[in-house]
Amino acid sequence: MNAENRNHSIAGLLSPAPPTNTELDTLRDRLAQRAEEAGLLDIAYRTLDGPLGTLLLAATPTGILRVAYQREGLDEVLTQLAAKVSPRIIAAPRRLDAAARQLEEYFAHRRESFDLPLDLSLSTGFRRRVLEHLPAIGYGRTASYATVAAAVDNPKAVRAVGSACATNPLPLLIPCHRVVRADGAMGNYLGGLAAKRLLLDLEAAA
Amino acid sequence: MSAKQPFDAVVTTHGPTILRVCRAVLGPADADDAWADTFLSALEAYPRLPADANVEAWLVTIAHRKTIDLLRRAARQAVPVAELTATANTTDPGQLDLDLTRALAELPDKQRFCVVYHHLIGLPYDEVAEILGGTAAAARRAAADGIAKLRTMEGLTP
Repeated sequence: MNAENRNHSIAGLLSPAPPTNTELDTLRDRLAQRAEEAGLLDIAYRTLDGPLGTLLLAATPTGILRVAYQREGLDEVLTQLAAKVSPRIIAAPRRLDAAARQLEEYFAHRRESFDLPLDLSLSTGFRRRVLEHLPAIGYGRTASYATVAAAVDNPKAVRAVGSACATNPLPLLIPCHRVVRADGAMGNYLGGLAAKRLLLDLEAAA
Repeated sequence: MSAKQPFDAVVTTHGPTILRVCRAVLGPADADDAWADTFLSALEAYPRLPADANVEAWLVTIAHRKTIDLLRRAARQAVPVAELTATANTTDPGQLDLDLTRALAELPDKQRFCVVYHHLIGLPYDEVAEILGGTAAAARRAAADGIAKLRTMEGLTP
């Protein structure tokens, strides 16, 4: 249709410049702030660059919910959180300022333990018991899967301890990297073996 | 488990479009508030949105309600249109946008909504009708009347 085409060409002529990224970033910051004030920010997240690449940090109003390595796929992790916890997820760095600062201090050898509220709701049952025990393994030390199993009163559950560590939703903050195999081999790690090695070396060098 | 995206991805995907809509129907001065009101309401309702919903049409519907609220508030405060367009001048969102803002501000509300929702962001007339109430045919007529009027304005015809 001729008239229709002309209409579109007018719309084309008038089509306004798209909003700039700066404009949108400002609006998004304000949205995050208003969402927080309105109690609608179920999950705030930010990323943090460091010696282990880009980390994703996510927090509920209760505490830090998830630390994820880039190899897990940051978008996928957020999609999982949307399904498991809430889709009300917004990039909002402020709630994660303390976590980011403490992690940077840790990477710089200026911190040996974390003082942050944690939200362990992604972990239940035996796995959660294992995670709650792990901070007892001090900075720069390691423990075997079997030792941890014994410590949580279930000495036969060595493999279950392994899977609790492998699915730790809060790596670094809950030090599953300090759990190694009894023969001295490192064992698996969500962030990859190189990351586990880096963390053990970092703590050994302190 | 639904395959619903994190809300942040919705803002990334649709934020620019909704801002264009808000600017076009309200002018730049009120657009930021309308945008933030829209996404805050959307965030609240998002967990209840069906996973297969048309997210863009849903957001435009919310933006439309926020726009009506803001227009009613503005009407109560009796701000003349001339003053609204003068405000638009000071924020300088680019010459073309200024022309558009000024021209659209002179259209009756219904024509302006139909021109923006159909011609600016490409919603089909049946979706425009759902947002505004009335029929798709009426939306098409209002958009056509709006375009005809825009065409008569100086400097806007190709």
